[in-house]
Amino acid sequence: MDFLIDNFGLFVDAMGQTLLISLLAGLLALVLGTVLAAMRVSPVPPLRGLATFYVEVFRNTPLTVVFFFIIFGLPQIDTVVSPLPGAVLSVGLYTAAFVCEAIRSGINSISAGQAEAARAIGLTFSQSLREVVLPQAFRTVVPPLGNVWIAMVKNTSIAAGFFIPELSSLLPRLANAAADELIATLIGIVLAYLLITLPSAYAVSRLEKRAAILR
Amino acid sequence: MTAPILFDVPGPKARRRNLIGTVVGVALILALIGYVLLKLAGNGQLEAQRWAILFDTRAAVPQALLRGLVATLQVAALGMVLATVLGALLAIGRLSDHRWVRSPVATIIEFFRAVPLLVLIFAVFFVAPTLGLPISAFAALVTGLTLYNMAVIAEIVRAGILSIDKGQSEAAFGIGMRKWQVMTFVLLPQAIRRMLPVLIAQLVVLLKDSSLGFIIGYFELLRSARSLVEFFRLSFGDQYSFQIYVAAALIYILVNVILSAFARWLDKRLARSKKSPAGETLPLTAEQFAAGGGGLGAV
Repeated sequence: MDFLIDNFGLFVDAMGQTLLISLLAGLLALVLGTVLAAMRVSPVPPLRGLATFYVEVFRNTPLTVVFFFIIFGLPQIDTVVSPLPGAVLSVGLYTAAFVCEAIRSGINSISAGQAEAARAIGLTFSQSLREVVLPQAFRTVVPPLGNVWIAMVKNTSIAAGFFIPELSSLLPRLANAAADELIATLIGIVLAYLLITLPSAYAVSRLEKRAAILR
Repeated sequence: MTAPILFDVPGPKARRRNLIGTVVGVALILALIGYVLLKLAGNGQLEAQRWAILFDTRAAVPQALLRGLVATLQVAALGMVLATVLGALLAIGRLSDHRWVRSPVATIIEFFRAVPLLVLIFAVFFVAPTLGLPISAFAALVTGLTLYNMAVIAEIVRAGILSIDKGQSEAAFGIGMRKWQVMTFVLLPQAIRRMLPVLIAQLVVLLKDSSLGFIIGYFELLRSARSLVEFFRLSFGDQYSFQIYVAAALIYILVNVILSAFARWLDKRLARSKKSPAGETLPLTAEQFAAGGGGLGAV
């Protein structure tokens, strides 16, 4: 316990890194994922194909490999990213594929009558998507999106392998410096993750109740 | 979505607009691809000789990648079997009538779902030796993958069992079956059919996650690629790095696409089968879980 108190600053810094990556990557994934979902239902075939291709590739590539390409591959096309933007980019691009699938399942769950009515009153594709379909779709996908968010927070731990001093990296870093306090370190890390995921889960369930559509 | 319900069948004007969109979109994508190719070519990454290394058996590159793939599949296969078996047991435990079984099992499941996989792997890898248990990277990786995925699979199996119509178990009890008989002869066979696609999606996640072995130094596919790169760097510099990473990524994508396609095929087949359980379909989607476990969202 003393060990945790002594190294409190270290844990707070690491948790800050984890939160920072999570928030930025989450924002990127949400925006990109929504665009991808819109592309997947759009009337223009190449856009549909492109989005499908993106989702299939990123869903079937390990996040570690995505990190690899961002950190070690991008320099090959003369674009060097430093570790933090690299981590945000990797996690964000990867998670966008899952956000897209979640939102698409939401769009598919909206009853056909809604879209037909939107068309019947003369809304264009982008209007019916923006004004009618997506607002409802977002409400139904709160739980799956919440799951994606929590999974993503846990996925940021992979940045530990790519020069980011976030939460998980404390374990190997302190494994040498404080070998006899490993259990305490472990407990600290787990608690820090729970400190992010448990309130998230609670917030998601609250939001789910508030956003639910009464039918 | 088979029939386009979000937009009308395009008329002449819309077709023209779509055509313009298509042309602009394709042009943009081609420009992006062209830019990447140009940059790669500028750095000499596209020379045939650099890619030939991937098939050069004398330089032992294909062998090393194959060994890496086998190592990845070994970890994944062992993890899949252990996680599925333990997950099924945990799911049954969580549905137990006895509180002293139910609550500890629920705690175990929630704990392992809440902790990032990498932390579990690190924990096993770094903590076990301090307790006097020497552990290999292989064992640490398998243990971590098993602990994490058994918790996720337990939830999948539980959802599968709960989705079976109540009348099934009532009828089974009614003809005098015991609890274990109801579970093994009536509920599980139906539940497994229903959750198989989600289960396979989770196993694809497990296969992908085995790449975390890279971080603790287990020689799976990614680590093999990395060590090849480091080996070649000594004599040729970074000449072959990019090609080897691309090859590793392509192998991963190929294996996972095959598994995912199998899951989809199975899904379609099961949907058509007459033996499928009656009632609505499983309320969880593969997408929900495929992001690396549901976390605590479903508590």
